[in-house]
Amino acid sequence: MKKFLSGNEAFAEGIRLARPQVISAYPITPQTIVVERLSEMVEDGSLEAEYVHVESEHSAMSCAIGASAAGARAFTATSSQGLLYMAECLYYASGGRFPIVMMNADRSTALPWNIYGDQRDSLSQLDSGWIQAYAENAQEALDLALMSYKIAENKDVSTPYMANLDGFVLTHTYETVDIPEREQADKFLPPYETDNRIDFENPKNMAFSAGPDTNYIFKFKEHEGVLAARKVINETEKEFAEIFGRKYTGLIENYLTDDADYVIVTLGSIAGLCRETADKLREQGIKAGVVRIRYMRPFPNDEIADVLRNVKAYAVLEKDISFGNEGTVFTNVNSALKKSGINVKGYNFIGGLGGRNISASDIEQIYSDIANGTEIVNFIGIGGGNNG
Amino acid sequence: MNEIIWLGRGGQGAFTAAKLLGAAYTIDSREKYALAFPSFGPERRGAPVRAFTKLDTKPVVDRSQTEKADYIVILDDTLYSPQLQELLKDNGQIIVNSKKTINEAFTFDAEKIAAEFRLPTVNTVMFGLLIGRSDIVTAENAVESIKGYMPPKIQERNISALLKAKEEAVK
Repeated sequence: MKKFLSGNEAFAEGIRLARPQVISAYPITPQTIVVERLSEMVEDGSLEAEYVHVESEHSAMSCAIGASAAGARAFTATSSQGLLYMAECLYYASGGRFPIVMMNADRSTALPWNIYGDQRDSLSQLDSGWIQAYAENAQEALDLALMSYKIAENKDVSTPYMANLDGFVLTHTYETVDIPEREQADKFLPPYETDNRIDFENPKNMAFSAGPDTNYIFKFKEHEGVLAARKVINETEKEFAEIFGRKYTGLIENYLTDDADYVIVTLGSIAGLCRETADKLREQGIKAGVVRIRYMRPFPNDEIADVLRNVKAYAVLEKDISFGNEGTVFTNVNSALKKSGINVKGYNFIGGLGGRNISASDIEQIYSDIANGTEIVNFIGIGGGNNG
Repeated sequence: MNEIIWLGRGGQGAFTAAKLLGAAYTIDSREKYALAFPSFGPERRGAPVRAFTKLDTKPVVDRSQTEKADYIVILDDTLYSPQLQELLKDNGQIIVNSKKTINEAFTFDAEKIAAEFRLPTVNTVMFGLLIGRSDIVTAENAVESIKGYMPPKIQERNISALLKAKEEAVK
């Protein structure tokens, strides 16, 4: 069924189809609509779930962990300071191997206080052990909601999953979305079954402590779990395409990269404008291309190395800065190239912080800057800075 | 691409109108694409609100606020200013809810129609005027969008107001 929905509403539709049994909710702009819509679905009976109003984000994640430990499919959502406040619990969820799904509305972090979109909140949690996906549009948001549980709950993965939607430009923008049929969704995503749960018939120790002798083994297994998602994401998308007819491209999505000289690597909803700009530059004979990172964890090391191997220069455009260094996506991309022994000129463009608009002419300028050479780390609209 | 800017005050339903237009445009075709979004930020009743609708025959990827519009639809004439002309494309039009005459804008007393159909706000009346002044969506598709996206209790009155406004605008 086709509907005109916002990113938040589309994600809520995807979650309804995924049938979570417990939803813990604490509202924060620009995430609020997703938990509002889910509360309406529970109220009207179209979603059978325990809807728990909690007193904070820390409790929202704690509640989801408790539900998952009881063997339930659990959902929560947050944004910005809320994500930071629940950060302690993110590690309990991943370390406990609880396949919770959370939507994060990507939003700036205080101070100065700001409710608008950038990606500094979620990127600060790359090390928390969660799978991290970034949607470009409302359709992909809905589809990620449905695919997320299948990936997270896979026995080889057993890892919580954070689906990121750019605050406002994606969460609050309405567009046409295809909502899958209930029967098809049920066929795609069976109910959650796990041994990793409290079971009075078969009692076991859960969420225990592990000293120096064994702790590192758990951490190694956790690492393996996130890495296992690489394969599972591809398999899940293949099955998704067979049932629903929409194709996704794994950890990254390439556009006009086969013969590209200059490539922008980016993530989230700005990718569309990058592709449109690449089209325009191609008409002028400039071989421009775009790589959209769909998953930051597991990180697409090999995929990025393959696509950037033969370019003349690349830019990483991101809504993030790790103060005193560079954007974190840039660090990750450079590491991928280094591991593959690739030495290509790379530049970092920091933009969109606190919701500041990134225009088509900004993107054109990036292509021109990397062709001519520029500072390594650049703030769009301000200029380059010494990278220490 | 057709771009429409809606100006209203918080509570007047400018964004609802922006959404209805996007839904109406895409309702009967897979080859049509729309984005609709409000000026982002805290919502306050009475405060000036901008909303945007972008319509195209290919996916709309520029999610930034419209800088040059085909139509600017103003729900409250205290929000009109001559500087708005700078936001218009060359053949662009401004449509204002006003009892007064404004040079370089089409004005119409939308509240008269809203009152006739016992509507507390003029958003669907303005949508009707826009359809009357342009051919960006058909009245049939606009009616379908109201049926799809407004609460059942108020659909009929809004549909009647929209159709009446469309007629008046063509006169």
